[in-house]
Amino acid sequence: MADGTTGADAVLSVRGVSKSFGPVEVLHDVSLDLRAGEVHALVGENGAGKSTLTKIMSGYHPPSAGQVLLDGQPVALASGVDGERHGIVLLHQEFNLAEDLTIEESIFLGREWRRGPFLDKRRMRAHAAKLLADLHCRIPPTARIRSLSVSQKQMVEIAKATDHRARVLMMDEPTSVLTQDETDILFGLVAQLKRNGVALVFISHKLDEVKRIADRITVLRDGHLVATRPAAELGQDEIAQLMVGRPLHDLYPPKQPPAADAELLLTVHALGVPGRVFDAGFALRRGEILGFAGLIGAGRTELMEAIAGLRRREGGSVAAGAHRLAYLTEDRKAKGLLLQFPSRPNLTLSTLASFTRGPFISVPAEDAALDKAIKAFDLRIGSRDMQVGALSGGNQQKLLFAKVMETQPDIVIVDEPTRGVDIGTKQQIYHFIARLAAAGKGVIVVSSEMPELIGLCHRVLVMREGRIAGELAGESLNEEEIVRYATGLKGAA
Amino acid sequence: MSDAATTLGQTPPRPLLQRVDLRAAGPFLALVALAILGTIINSDFLEAGNLTNVVTRSAFIGMIAVGGTFVITAGGNDLSVGSMAAIVSGIMIVLMNWLAQEIGPTPWVVVIVIFAGLALGGLAGLLNGLVITLGKMEPFIVTLGFMGIYRSVLTYIANGGTLTLSGTMRTLYRPVFYDGALGIPYPVWVLAFVVALGAVVLYTTRFGRYCFAIGSNEEVARYSGIALNRVKTWTYILQGACVGVACDIYVPRLGSASSTSGLGWELEAITAVIVGGTALKGGYGRIGGSIVGALILTVIGNIMNLSSDVSVYLNGAVQGAIIIAAVFLQRGVGFKR
Ligand SMILES: Nc1ncnc2c1ncn2[C@@H]1O[C@H](COP(=O)(O)OP(=O)(O)OP(=O)(O)O)[C@@H](O)[C@H]1O
Ligand SMILES: [Mg+2]
Repeated sequence: MADGTTGADAVLSVRGVSKSFGPVEVLHDVSLDLRAGEVHALVGENGAGKSTLTKIMSGYHPPSAGQVLLDGQPVALASGVDGERHGIVLLHQEFNLAEDLTIEESIFLGREWRRGPFLDKRRMRAHAAKLLADLHCRIPPTARIRSLSVSQKQMVEIAKATDHRARVLMMDEPTSVLTQDETDILFGLVAQLKRNGVALVFISHKLDEVKRIADRITVLRDGHLVATRPAAELGQDEIAQLMVGRPLHDLYPPKQPPAADAELLLTVHALGVPGRVFDAGFALRRGEILGFAGLIGAGRTELMEAIAGLRRREGGSVAAGAHRLAYLTEDRKAKGLLLQFPSRPNLTLSTLASFTRGPFISVPAEDAALDKAIKAFDLRIGSRDMQVGALSGGNQQKLLFAKVMETQPDIVIVDEPTRGVDIGTKQQIYHFIARLAAAGKGVIVVSSEMPELIGLCHRVLVMREGRIAGELAGESLNEEEIVRYATGLKGAA
Repeated sequence: MSDAATTLGQTPPRPLLQRVDLRAAGPFLALVALAILGTIINSDFLEAGNLTNVVTRSAFIGMIAVGGTFVITAGGNDLSVGSMAAIVSGIMIVLMNWLAQEIGPTPWVVVIVIFAGLALGGLAGLLNGLVITLGKMEPFIVTLGFMGIYRSVLTYIANGGTLTLSGTMRTLYRPVFYDGALGIPYPVWVLAFVVALGAVVLYTTRFGRYCFAIGSNEEVARYSGIALNRVKTWTYILQGACVGVACDIYVPRLGSASSTSGLGWELEAITAVIVGGTALKGGYGRIGGSIVGALILTVIGNIMNLSSDVSVYLNGAVQGAIIIAAVFLQRGVGFKR
């Protein structure tokens, strides 16, 4: 059995760690060393056990078997707080921010600075502002978490985690909600922490990022450690192959753009969303996959929510004829799934009317739909009564995708459809989207991952500061062009 | 009831199976424990007469708690039910006396007024629901407002005194509370019917599922295309209708309504719902639990009446302690560490 031990100078290690939830074993006999000043990447398919492993190393879960060693000595971490006391900080995959607090309150939650009996608000605010400035985040520390976009929330989490002066900092998919720029900022921070001798764990499904910043890479598959290697020894294809257990070809399906005179499914004209989107107009044809690129805050999500009728709009028109339109939200925790419910009621929530017999819900019909979704989307939900909140992040995303597709839409708007999804599943989702288009649907893909837009879309619109700044297709559809429009080097702003 | 809950696909939060069962079964176990305690204190407790008495007394709060389960499961709250009971009862009495004069004191008057009670309750609930949803206001505040309004309008109608059924109508209507069929009083039959209907609606219909969804996460419900305002308003209408039915069997009991009718019922109903296992913050509801909650409240009072050791004046204190204990137990299961 491969293991990730190195023997010498490990800050934090696990030895023979296994973890079971009830009868299900999700980690099996994993051994791993984290070294000071080193970035250790954890990769693996959705549900491989990456998050679970970091939770064990930081005290959120006790291992079912095996040991956690700190500086070579066994420790029994009683809780996440206990872990933090030992200098082990975990940046969770799920947001852990209270929506109603302000940024500064969130950052200092549980360790507020005081002067005498009173909160030292001025000093805390100044410090929070500095942390945000370090991350090039231009949001006031007094903003409420509720009002932030998912990527801004993530930046607040990062600010909070890095403020702990950790010896070990584990980041569970920190970049899944970040744009390129924000990712670069984060990586700058990582480099600095590395120089300060912090041991880092980095989890991501974006293998190019893994290659970029990891010193060593550990691959997990079905709870087993498959390999730990120096990053220099592994190419992206090799990593993918180790993860999935088979070679991976054709990440993107071949493009089949619609005919120039294909029927218009959706026409948006001069649409505005107060303060967010201005004068947006575009059209979507039958069989087309239309991408939306842009920096965070460019107004893409707001535009799509306005089109879907989920947000008040100001002027303009949306003409979709009799076509059914469905929107897949980028914020699956807050807007997509009922986390305390099992998969079945989540899957059918937006289409419950088609699962009723007379006035009653037909559970067998729902179960049949779930069976189909499990097959179609390769859902790994463990037991059927498991709460969706306990599913691995990628499987939640797949379930959300399945839920949206239950509505059998003609026009599908997917906002960050592959967020937190492993590479094998990404391939499945891309091919699924391509099949939708081939079947005569119209698909809009909003994504912060440029390779995804370029590999999948027939045409890409770039938004900047609430306006559509440019349109790219064919030869001109490449990263440089997208960046030029997105940053305002090109196109009217 | 626990079967119905599983079909709904609602597993209570986290993690061990035993705990799931404990949460659902907790109120039932508590009721059994109280019954045993009652029997030890006074062997009369398990007498058929006393048991029927207990259930009959629980009927008003029990029915209102069924409606309350919908409201609370969907993340709302209704503080106006006690006052609503007072005004609905008052109007029913006025209507009944007037009809008795106009068309004569026939049993038909009773039938008409029974349906009028149901409709009046539903209407008051509709008013609550519309103000809350269209006004985008906190249910707590809106229903607190209506709590004051309903009661003071009743006091005004009664001119500060008591509204009383005329003698003949009283005699005609009286059996609805005091008689029964198959040896079981009518109020118990009505309660059983309301509970069964409530359980079917909450656990097996689309509306019920939407209540859970909205209470669990309103944004997710909205993004799933659920008509939030309509569903929420309907929970208040159901709550009002339940109050109406409660009035239908409350009026024949005393034959009168005054400014103290239904006083404190809102708290008792909410207590019954919460003690029964429904989450106060919404997203998880149990009809059967709510009834058991109502029974628990009555049984405590009953036991204290039967025993000579503890003063009945402490009834409120014991009930309060029970609520806190119930919520504490919920908390233990409801949150991850
Ligand atoms: N609290 C829990 N109860 C039951 N099962 C759980 C719990 N937490 C995780 N699991 C299961 O453990 C397995 C591993 O999950 P984990 O979250 O560690 O995966 P992951 O590698 O982080 O996946 P992803 O890339 O999708 O985030 C999954 O099958 C998941 O459903
Ligand atoms: Mg994970």
